Amino acid sequence: MKRRLAAWGGVGIATLLLSIVVSISMGAASLPLSQVWLILLHQLPGMAEHIPVTWPESAEQIVMKVRFPRVVLAILVGASLSLAGAGFQGVLRNPLADPYTMGVASGAAVGASFLLLFGLQIAFLGQWSTPVVAFLTGLFSLWIVMRLANTQGKIQTETLLLSGVVVQAFLGSLVSFMVSLSDKMVNEIIFWLLGSLSFRGWAFSYVLLPYLIIGLVVLISYARSLNLFALGERQAAHLGVHVDRTKLIVLVTATMLTAAAVSISGIIGFVGLVVPHLVRLMMGPDYRLLLPMATIFGGIYVLWADTLARMLLSPTEIPLGVVTAFLGAPFFAYLLRKRKQQGRG
Amino acid sequence: MIQVSGLHKSYNQTPVLQDIQFSVSKGEFFGIIGPNGSGKSTLCKLISGVVGMDQGEIRLDGKLLTRYSRKELARMLAVLEQEALPPVGFLVREVLEMGRFPYQNWLGEEALDPTPLIDEIIHMLNLSELEQRSLDHLSGGEKQRVALGKALVQKPMVLLLDEPTTYLDIGYQIQLMDIVRSWQKTTQVTVVAVLHDLNLASLYCDRILMLHKGRQVSVGSPEEILRSSLIEDVYGTRPIVLEHPVHHLPQIMLQAGG
Repeated sequence: MKRRLAAWGGVGIATLLLSIVVSISMGAASLPLSQVWLILLHQLPGMAEHIPVTWPESAEQIVMKVRFPRVVLAILVGASLSLAGAGFQGVLRNPLADPYTMGVASGAAVGASFLLLFGLQIAFLGQWSTPVVAFLTGLFSLWIVMRLANTQGKIQTETLLLSGVVVQAFLGSLVSFMVSLSDKMVNEIIFWLLGSLSFRGWAFSYVLLPYLIIGLVVLISYARSLNLFALGERQAAHLGVHVDRTKLIVLVTATMLTAAAVSISGIIGFVGLVVPHLVRLMMGPDYRLLLPMATIFGGIYVLWADTLARMLLSPTEIPLGVVTAFLGAPFFAYLLRKRKQQGRG
Repeated sequence: MIQVSGLHKSYNQTPVLQDIQFSVSKGEFFGIIGPNGSGKSTLCKLISGVVGMDQGEIRLDGKLLTRYSRKELARMLAVLEQEALPPVGFLVREVLEMGRFPYQNWLGEEALDPTPLIDEIIHMLNLSELEQRSLDHLSGGEKQRVALGKALVQKPMVLLLDEPTTYLDIGYQIQLMDIVRSWQKTTQVTVVAVLHDLNLASLYCDRILMLHKGRQVSVGSPEEILRSSLIEDVYGTRPIVLEHPVHHLPQIMLQAGG
């Protein structure tokens, strides 16, 4: 187990580093890969004197002020959403659960757009207020979805998805209503909502990072419990798992991760669905491996989605949410079909 | 080992169990039988602690069931259900390792390496060939053997079987019950088995509790319980009871009506 974790972790981190450099080199002004490497290495403490500056000042500006912060933010957002998705799937024993299909992302969006509408983004708690409010509204919508889906103490996959759709539609209309209420803010809400990572700077990464670290630590400490959940809730209870407590903690943590990501980047759908599933296909169902790997590969996935978003119609940007939905929705349909063919998966 | 007294349980004001009282001593093979809806499964859930009781008490090894923490209880008592394992992608060996969960700290480590124990159980249950196969590629009988293996890896003092043979053919039924009995002989584990099949109950149980409509009808040896008049009262059909030519235990034969 530890050896597999180390091996896959190595592969994941190597892919991540390579992706960062390649993505940074791409853009309106294309930079050579070697130059990007050197500029990044140059920033490391103690490395500056060993690496002579052989690049123009403009290149460093582009890398450090524009592209690198954006790349880091993309990775953090992707990692949070993917980890949240893996958590939802584990505790609900439902391969189609994800922050988006569960309505949690839309719930968080309602809270965040409310703040945007009234210009309260930094009221109460400074830069933390949007994630906190988004967390509360996300949690509330999760609660509604679970209540709706619950028939006599049982939650069936299909019912859960339907409840998610209903709640999502309702919350979506709330957000649209808020968009139409505001006159000057229209563009800001819409642009944020569709998902974008441009011009966000470093500040947002600093906000998101602690959420991701806390979420990762909490969820990984529940990895073995989630493995037992895969055998069924009753089995897990017989083996000594506090079923209700575990469920609550994992759901709240996953919602927190979702809310933090949504409040920064808007609704980026299907990441939490696509990535954990692919990781599961490659590395098996063990959550001790799945959770950290879903985090790394979630980061890589959104990094590339965002690179596509800014490159495809350059200089026009496609909203990131559009790219992930374009990739993710067909994948969702494929999973649904496959599940149907297998009967009850 | 187990003392049950004055047990009551209702679901939505409908009583499912009333006045249940029995005790099971250490190393005993104790059977619970009764027709559909007699409360067997509920009794099983109460003993396993996943459902709370309304009145009465259950003591395990002298200590109240409600006083055990979840992990303590899982070290004390393991449960094998009817349809134990879903078709997930875990390997057989990984599933057996999960049986050690109640002994692990939050880092997933435990004081002694459990590998020899797991190897021994794999050997005893003849799972060596399946060890590296995943659960979704096993037959029902093989999965049930893995589930039993997982329960044994828990090293319980009490093994609770909830109709474990329901979905198995006769070959697997006997195999499973034989494994449980031979494990019991070597470890002195106490077995409580809810069984559907009266003949199987007679062959393996030292004593049998018969339930009917949530009340306990009788507790006693197979000879005392498997009497045709008692079975007719409870099940509404009158079977012929014969003595088994080899084991000298009562066996029933069904008679078609009218």
